[in-house]
Formats: sequence, structure tokens, C-alpha cells
Amino acid sequence: MIYKGNAIKYGDNVDTDVIIPARYLNTSDHKELAAHCMEDIDKSFVQRVKPGDIIVAGNNFGCGSSREHAPIAIKASGISLVIAKSFARIFYRNAINIGLAIVECPEAAQEIAEGSEIEADMDRGIIRCINTGREYSAPPFPDFIQKIISSGGLIQSVAKGIIT
Amino acid sequence: MGMTMTQKILAAHSGNDTVSAGQLILADLDLVLGNDITSPVAIKEFRRLGKDSVFSKDKITMIMDHFAPNKDIKAAEQCRMCRDFCGDMDISHFYDVGKMGIEHALIPEQGLVTAGNAVIGADSHTCTYGALGAFSTGVGSTDMACAMAVGKAWFKVPAAVKIELKGSLRKYVSGKDVILHIIGRIGVDGALYKSMEFTGEGLASLSVADRLCIANMAVEAGAKNGIFEVDELTLDYIRSHGGAEPRIFKADPDAEYDSVLSVDLSEIEPTVAFPHLPENARTFDSIGDIPIDQVVIGSCTNGRLEDLIAAAEIMKDRKCADGVRVIIIPATQQVYLDAMEMGLLKIFIKSGAVVSTPTCGPCLGGHMGILAEGERAVATTNRNFVGRMGHTGSEVYLASPAVAAASAVTGKISSPWEVVKA
Repeated sequence: MIYKGNAIKYGDNVDTDVIIPARYLNTSDHKELAAHCMEDIDKSFVQRVKPGDIIVAGNNFGCGSSREHAPIAIKASGISLVIAKSFARIFYRNAINIGLAIVECPEAAQEIAEGSEIEADMDRGIIRCINTGREYSAPPFPDFIQKIISSGGLIQSVAKGIIT
Repeated sequence: MGMTMTQKILAAHSGNDTVSAGQLILADLDLVLGNDITSPVAIKEFRRLGKDSVFSKDKITMIMDHFAPNKDIKAAEQCRMCRDFCGDMDISHFYDVGKMGIEHALIPEQGLVTAGNAVIGADSHTCTYGALGAFSTGVGSTDMACAMAVGKAWFKVPAAVKIELKGSLRKYVSGKDVILHIIGRIGVDGALYKSMEFTGEGLASLSVADRLCIANMAVEAGAKNGIFEVDELTLDYIRSHGGAEPRIFKADPDAEYDSVLSVDLSEIEPTVAFPHLPENARTFDSIGDIPIDQVVIGSCTNGRLEDLIAAAEIMKDRKCADGVRVIIIPATQQVYLDAMEMGLLKIFIKSGAVVSTPTCGPCLGGHMGILAEGERAVATTNRNFVGRMGHTGSEVYLASPAVAAASAVTGKISSPWEVVKA
């Protein structure tokens, strides 16, 4: 799978309360959640995000609440991939389970600048910054996780009998 | 190679003799839980599986606590979806208004979890039950949906941080101060993906309420779970709450830890976490005069009877400061009833505080005490992120019930000693 888009950059410890504030958790409608994505950290996000764009963030992205509404809001807003130095573990799980592509790559997360054009080949584990020409490598997912992703998410992998 | 407590529980639940850090396993679950915010998403996903029954009607629990009693029409619809689903699936442990409490206070109290269990919950503070020697961790709604269907979840076996406790707590210092102190030392990602394994002779001085509070906030250090060694106090608690037969897993002497943190309980002071991260821990030598607008005493972290007793001891025969709104939320119906019978509610009301029915409400900026722009709260809750309790321009300071009660009385962030000496 190849992801292409422009970088939208954030710092460390972006928590799920700023990704999707709890005041919007009285719904699970994807479009409604996307309309408030990143609202408490970046009011301009919803206006400037374009389909395919890639979030590039620091350490512990998605820390805090277990709300799946957070990766859902990000995915529904058009973001194709999140690159971070590290992810909080529940967010990491949730993203895999709902089919939002994520990758840990500290070097790429450090160096790629806001607005840069990125091309990421996640089958080969290569992230390329078009503006600088620099390439970064990221470890591919373990087999078990790849099976979940390739079957379309956790629900599909249970439905297909991969997990029984 | 030896195993940690967490690794032993995961091995026993996945049919393996041994497991090691980094290994992916599929584990059988003893309890699967969700609340009124996360369960609706899980129910929708469950329906997509096309199953007409859950894996066990007795091993699933749904608790209406976040936006309940229903704060608005959408919240009412979400609770109804849970109510209908639990009815359809004949789920035994459905807790609605009147029976419900804040999930992580209610579940141990109701004896739904015991030592040696493997538990997941679609709520990040599910790590609370590690206090009783269980492996328990927060997941998302899709994990909950699949777990309701098959009674299993996938895990990456975590590496561990060993926390060696020694000494005993001083007056007006509690489990909350211990965990804020630890997060202050290691940071909000200090135990990322790992288990925090609490052990050492200092355990004996920590009440079960203290341990529940400490394990509750393991996730605020990024941990997968926090777990306490089981002792007589744990067993007494489990038995007196009607829990199932405990299974005790002790760490092997040669278990491997990524790091070891030594904590002398006798050196810990009342601690406050400043906005906007739980790692911004400070003690009163570096706090200064910070006036406040609101105090919240409650939540899954500190809404237990012991917490209300600590607050009442300080608020008894004292008035809340002018201009400070003080909101006290017993975490469960039983805590409410006990507090009433002990006369604690009278102390709170006479001091000028309000006492609410159990709800997570203000902790996550849901309802029952939202902050306006520029307002400041001292809360016994677990997160002080930007906008957590209301406006993005408001501030939350995390503290123990004793510090929160003292602050209610003085109108600024205060150590209990300021009030008691006065």
C-alpha cells in the first residue's frame, strides 16, 4: 500500500481529548466526529486537511482515553497515514483494528517539515520526503497484525474465522 | 528465563507454558467491559459480525456511567442502545442508573474481578484491577466487539518496569500522591507499552483503595497495565466482596525488567500535577499561591469511601471558600450509602459543597461541572489535558482528596497541613 499526501505536523503527547473532545462523544457518526477532529489543538485542521494528507507527530501520539472515536475521526477526516516517533498503546491498537494506517519512525517524524510532500510505501517500509529527497525506513508490521490489516480489520478477521 | 506477574497471567490464559516480552498471543478473557460511550461503537461492530449471541452472558458487563444519568438526547440514545443490547443478549451484569457506579470503582466492589483474571475494557482506566492481582487493560470498541463474540483478545506480551516500594506513607499522603510522584519521575510515556509491576515491603502499608488508585493511573505513564503482588489484604478484599476464587501469580526471581524504580513511600509528600500533563508533578515547596474556581472530588481514581473520609476529615466544621464551587461525587451507590450513614454527606453539605449521584461527568468534561474559559479546578481525577474538563482555556490541577479538600477550604491550591494547622 502506498500513501501520498502533505505533512500536517504536531508535537509530543497529542492526546485523545484534543483529537476528539469528549463533548462530541455523544455520537459515533464518523462524519460528525471528523467535523471536530483536532479541534482543541488546531482549529484550522478541519479546513486545511485534504484527502490523503499525512499527520507527522512526536512521541506518545494518541495518549489518554481509549476512545476509538479518535482514530475514527482522523481516518474520516481524510488522513491516510499517521507517522509518529511513538504511539500510545491503546491508540495504536485501535488504529490497526479500524484500519487507519500508522507507523513509528522517529527519524522521519523528527525531520519531515510541515507541508512537505510525502510518499510512503508501507509494504516495503519506506517513507520518502519528496521535498528533501530523504528516505526513511520503518519496520513492517509482524505477521499476526498484517493478517488483521489484510483481512480489513479486526471485525473482518473474526468474521472470516482468522480469530475464533 | 523467568516471567513477571503479567507474563504469567498471559501465559496461563493463552495455553502457553511460558511467554516472553514481544510475543503475540491470543488470550482467553474472564471479563469484558464497556461504558455508555464506548459500548455503542462496539455494539455496532458486533452487529457486523452477524453473531446472534455473545460468548458468555456472565463475563460481559456494561456500565452507564460517563454521560449518565443521561445528559442530553444523544446520550439517552446511546444508553438505550446498550440497554436494548444487554436485554437482547441476556447480559447479567448491566448497570443502569440506580445500580450503576463509576465502572472501575463498581467492578471490584461487586466482586466481578479476582486475582489472576485477564480483563479487557473499552475504557483506558481498565488497568485499575491490577490492584487485585489481575491482568487488566484498556482497549478500544472494536476489541470489545470481538471479545464479546469470541471471549478472546490479541496482546503483545509486555516488557516490564518493576516498582519497588519501601517504607510507609505519612499523614495526608495517599495512593494518589504516590502515582503522581511516579509519573512525575518517569513521564507520561515512561512505561509505554509496558507493565508496571508493584512489589516490595512497602506494599503492606497501602490500602486496597490506595492500590486501586495507583493502578488506575498506570495508563497515564503509558503503561499497558499496572499490577500489584497479591497479599492478605488483597485476599480479604476479594473475599469480602464476593469475588471468585483468586489465582495468585508471583513473579519469578529471574524475571526480566527493562528498568527498576525504587520508591520510598515515607519520602513522598502531597503532590499536585500541573496543567496540562499528569507528569507535571510538584510538591508544595514549589507551588505558590494559585487561586481556584472549582474542586471536584470523585472519579474512578478517587471516588471511593476512603477518599471521601479523607476529604471529610479536612472539611469537617470548615466552610468552602467564597467563590469556589465544590462538587463531591461518590463513585458508587454503595459508597454514597456508606458516606451517608457515616455522616460524611452532612459534613460536605454543611461546608457548602454539593454531592452528586455517581457519574464520570466532569472528569472528561461531560457534564456536572464544566469549566469556563480561564477557570481553574483542583480535581482528584486522572487527566489534566487541554480542555479535559471544559474550555480549552481552563486548567485542571490533579491532586489527592486531602489536597482537594484543603484547597476547597482555602480557595487556593493548598496542602492539608495549611488547613489543619490554621
